[in-house]
Amino acid sequence: MGGRVKESLRQSMAWLHTWAGLTVGWILYAVFVTGTLSYFRPEISHWMRPELRDARERPDAIESGIRALRDRQPNSPRWVIVAPTAREPTMRIGWMVTTEPGQENRILRRFESILLNPQTGEELKARETAGGDFFYRFHFELSMNPLWGCWIVGCCAMFMLVAILSGIVTHRNIFKNFFTFRPNKGQRSWLDAHNIVGVLALPYHLMITYTGLITLMLTYMPWGVQASYGYDSGAFLAEAFPNPPQTNPTGRSSTLTDIEPLLEEASRQWGSGALPESVTIDHPGDAGARIQMQRTSVGRISSNDQTIIFDGVTGKMLAATGDEPGAMRTHSVLYGLHLAHFSSIALRWMFALCGLLGIAMVASGLVLWSVKRAPERVALGRTPFGHRLVEILNIGTVVGLPLGVAAYFWANRLLPIELADRSLWEVRCFFIAWTLSYIAAPWQAVRQAWRTHFTLGALLFGLLPLVNALTTNTHLGITLLHGPSVYAGFDLTMLAIAFMLALAAWYASREASVPQRVHGRTSARAPTTIETGSA
Amino acid sequence: MSSLSNAYRLEVASRVLAAIVGGYVLASLATAVLAVVLPMPRAEATLTATMLSFAIYACIVLWVFATRSVWRVWAGVVVPAVALNALLWLRQLWVGV
Repeated sequence: MGGRVKESLRQSMAWLHTWAGLTVGWILYAVFVTGTLSYFRPEISHWMRPELRDARERPDAIESGIRALRDRQPNSPRWVIVAPTAREPTMRIGWMVTTEPGQENRILRRFESILLNPQTGEELKARETAGGDFFYRFHFELSMNPLWGCWIVGCCAMFMLVAILSGIVTHRNIFKNFFTFRPNKGQRSWLDAHNIVGVLALPYHLMITYTGLITLMLTYMPWGVQASYGYDSGAFLAEAFPNPPQTNPTGRSSTLTDIEPLLEEASRQWGSGALPESVTIDHPGDAGARIQMQRTSVGRISSNDQTIIFDGVTGKMLAATGDEPGAMRTHSVLYGLHLAHFSSIALRWMFALCGLLGIAMVASGLVLWSVKRAPERVALGRTPFGHRLVEILNIGTVVGLPLGVAAYFWANRLLPIELADRSLWEVRCFFIAWTLSYIAAPWQAVRQAWRTHFTLGALLFGLLPLVNALTTNTHLGITLLHGPSVYAGFDLTMLAIAFMLALAAWYASREASVPQRVHGRTSARAPTTIETGSA
Repeated sequence: MSSLSNAYRLEVASRVLAAIVGGYVLASLATAVLAVVLPMPRAEATLTATMLSFAIYACIVLWVFATRSVWRVWAGVVVPAVALNALLWLRQLWVGV
């Protein structure tokens, strides 16, 4: 009896795994792809603005940023300097727009910013593009109304969590399954492949799904806050994520203290050579000036805002973010794990490879649903509408989305620089290419459609370095030898993606011959095929 | 397709409803109760409860599909939900928030 119960548990978990996975698989795939791309958000943004190629970080950048702001916006009530880093070698300076007379009471004050070359202090003007930010926002908003988008992504993440947990129960022989791969066996091979990519990065899949839910948990699950704080969620935010108090100007003018000793002091306070990521100066030039420094994510997992506040005139340290209590620290670390801002380039690639395994897991799961039902189609002698729909959605999503990504990068290089709403048109090219791949999918037999889409993908990604070479000076011929390495890395990654898509195209065309052969050999005994297929 | 009986379909639909809607309501109530009863400072307890909520939700969903009788599923969702809600209500009377 106990065995029967266990068996039925496995069966019900297998059912749950199949349907929880399929219903949200396509959206999950898009979330996985854009999320993996978001690990390289600054690099993508940099490649998409080739005008920034000469920017290099330098150690005294913040000082020169303050000088630039003093020259440009001496009367602004707030300056912000985002320091250049190795990943983002440009420096952003921003300021709150000085209020015009009669408009002092406006609550939302305008904020403006420009990019500077840290080496020369000159303003950098780049083409209008959303860069890597587009993928980052799509990852949790799906280019929809943000509230709708984040709820849909949250539901999918919850389904994913259930699919992972029920998948673990289904595959109780998890290690045996892991070391089992039976190639060229159709459905068996797909199942084995799905198990391998799923299990290989299982800790990553669990971590990224759960921490993803954590990033937006107050939207998804506001009821804990509601129970202990009532409708005063502001009180909760103030207690859990305290902000430094706002200060007011004194009205007496004064000179801003030298920033260099304060930077050293901040670095000493944080230890491990950590530097400020951004410096905010409130009321510069006033006796009540405050200098606030925010620590970079380098050298720590936690994503909390570690800030130090100095008196802007005397240079005295006024406050620093202390140690967080347990739950807050847990939250910051879980959040930080999802963003992976802390990771070195090698670790970031490991994360991206795990993301790639996640992409492969979702894609192979989707394909497996279809392959598993092939005997059903043989028995029926036709393809039911539902099966056809899944096949088209699979092709249009699994290959169509990368096609959209390639189109987005092509548009960045080929659209006229002066085009109005240029960044919007780049995004439109992404959606046009993606939509077209759904429209094109039904016109060919399934395998041919897979092959056509994969081949097109390989061509689009493979030719991207060439398009880059024809339109910019940041091509492999220059960047491989003289840098900046971020451009070379991007182009080489595109070639690697093209290679993977070409392999997939080859695999799709090679597989096409197998069933025909099997079919020709066993057509006289079709029922046998069905029996073995469904066993 | 037609091999699936209507009774089976109804049962699956009922479980899906119990898992998604019932599970969310129950997880929300559990989170709310944990947020007020955990012996920690208010913000800490609230954060802990909210971070745990998705694990609670996932466990409820798995339980809903692992349980044999669909009646037991609904009883297992509704009874704890009513009990947790009563706890929150009593606390509200007590504290007067």
